[in-house]
Amino acid sequence: MSEPKTQLPATDAERIGTNGGVIETDALIIGAGPCGLFAVFELGLLDISCHVIDILDKPGGQCAELYPEKPIYDIPALPVVTGQELTDRLMEQIKPFNPTFHLAERVDELQRQADDRFAVTTDAGTQFLAKVVVIAAGGGSFTPKRPPLDGIEAFEKSSVFYAVRRMEQFAGKDIVIVGGGDSALDWTVNLQPLAKSLTLIHRRDDFRAAPHTVEQMRALVADGKMSLMIGQVTTLHGADGQLSAITVRTKDQGEVQIACNAMLPFFGLTMKLGPVADWGLNVRENLVPVDTEKFETSESRIFAIGDINTYPGKLKLILSGFHEAALMAQQAHRYIYPDRKLLFQYTTSSSSLQKKLGVQ
Amino acid sequence: MAKITFVQPDGTEAVVDAATGITVMEAAKLNLIDGVDAECGGACACATCHVYVDDAWSERTGKPSEMEEDMLDFAFDVRETSRLSCQIRVTDELDGLVVRVPEKQF
Repeated sequence: MSEPKTQLPATDAERIGTNGGVIETDALIIGAGPCGLFAVFELGLLDISCHVIDILDKPGGQCAELYPEKPIYDIPALPVVTGQELTDRLMEQIKPFNPTFHLAERVDELQRQADDRFAVTTDAGTQFLAKVVVIAAGGGSFTPKRPPLDGIEAFEKSSVFYAVRRMEQFAGKDIVIVGGGDSALDWTVNLQPLAKSLTLIHRRDDFRAAPHTVEQMRALVADGKMSLMIGQVTTLHGADGQLSAITVRTKDQGEVQIACNAMLPFFGLTMKLGPVADWGLNVRENLVPVDTEKFETSESRIFAIGDINTYPGKLKLILSGFHEAALMAQQAHRYIYPDRKLLFQYTTSSSSLQKKLGVQ
Repeated sequence: MAKITFVQPDGTEAVVDAATGITVMEAAKLNLIDGVDAECGGACACATCHVYVDDAWSERTGKPSEMEEDMLDFAFDVRETSRLSCQIRVTDELDGLVVRVPEKQF
C-alpha cells in the first residue's frame, strides 16, 4: 500500500495544523471504541480528518478492555469475531485516513467558540480546536472502581488513591494495597522499597497478576519486607481526610486492625458518564438524545453515536453504531465543506473513494 | 423452567419464572430485580451481577470457574457462596433456587 498521507488532498495537510500548541482538526472523536473507529472511516471517505481521544491506553473501548477474548456473533459478515480482532480489523480499515490518537486522556472541557468551532481540553492539558465533535463514548469514561466503604470519599486524594502518579508521594508511608491483579501486584513490588511498611490485602491466596510479579511479592513476604493478608477491608478509620487504620475481615484471625496512612485499592474499572454531562448537551438517564437523520445532539455540530446516544427504537448494538457513523458523516460534511456538493458514491465503483483508500 | 427467588438485603423477596437455558442474571434483568447491575451484559467481565447463593443451593449451582473467581476479585464483600449470576445457567434442577442480592455492587 502506498503512503496513506499522500492520498489526502494537499489542503487537508494544511488544515491539520497546530496553532500555539492547540491542535486544529476537522473532527474530534471522543472514544476509540468500534463506533469511534468506524467514524474515522466514514468521515475519511468524505475528506474529513480526525483526531481521536480515549481514556484507555489502547483503542477498542469496551471490546478491548472488557472482552478482548470474548466472541461477538452479530457483526454483519463476520460470523464470529473477538473484541480484540474486531478492534484490530477496524484499525486496519481506517489506516488510509491516518487518524491521530490521543490515548490515556480524558476530555474534560468543551466550549463553543465565536467561530462555531469547539475548544476542547483533556485532563493531560492537550488542547484542540475542532469544527465538529463526535461523542462515541459508549458507556462513558472508564474510571477506577471505588470500594463501597463508608466514608471513603473523605479520604480520597489525601490518603486513598486509585492510581500512582508520583511514587515519591508514598515514601516513608505505611501503605496498604488492596487487590490481586497486575496493578495491585506491580505497585506492591514497586512501592515496597520506598514504604515504611507495606501490606497487600487480597480476598484469596490466588492472584490474577503475572506469575513473575506474584513470585517477587512472595519473596518479599518471605524476607519479612512486607506483609500479605488474606481478607477483605470492611472499615476505614481516621479523621480530616487522613487515614489512620483499616479493619480487615480475615478468614483465620477474624477482624484485624492495621495502622496505615495510605491505601491503594485496585478493583478494576467501571464506566461513568463523566464530564460529558457538563458540556451543555441535553442528557437523559446518562444518555445523549439525538435525531435519527444526522445523529446530532441538542447542540449543532456535536454528534453522538453508539451506545452513548438514545432515540426512539435505539438498540445498543455495534452494527447500529456503524450505521449512525455513516449518517453522522454526511451532516459533518455539510458543516465542514458548506460549498461542496455531497456526492453519494460506492467504495466498490468510485475511483475517487478508492484513491482515498489507497487501493488504486 | 425454574422458579428463582431473589432476596434483597432488607429481606424483600421476589419470585420469578426463569426459562431453562438463560442465566440467573438474565432472569433478574428480565424481571427488573434491583441490585443486579450486570454492567457488561453477561460477559463475565465486570462483577456487577454478584449474588450469594443460598446455602441449601450452593452445591447444585456449583463452584465458580477460574475466570469467574478472578472476576469475583472485583466484587465487594465476597463470601463462600458468592457467584456471578451471569455464570449460573438455569436448569430444571434449579427450580426453587434462592439467591441473595448483596448490599452493594461496586
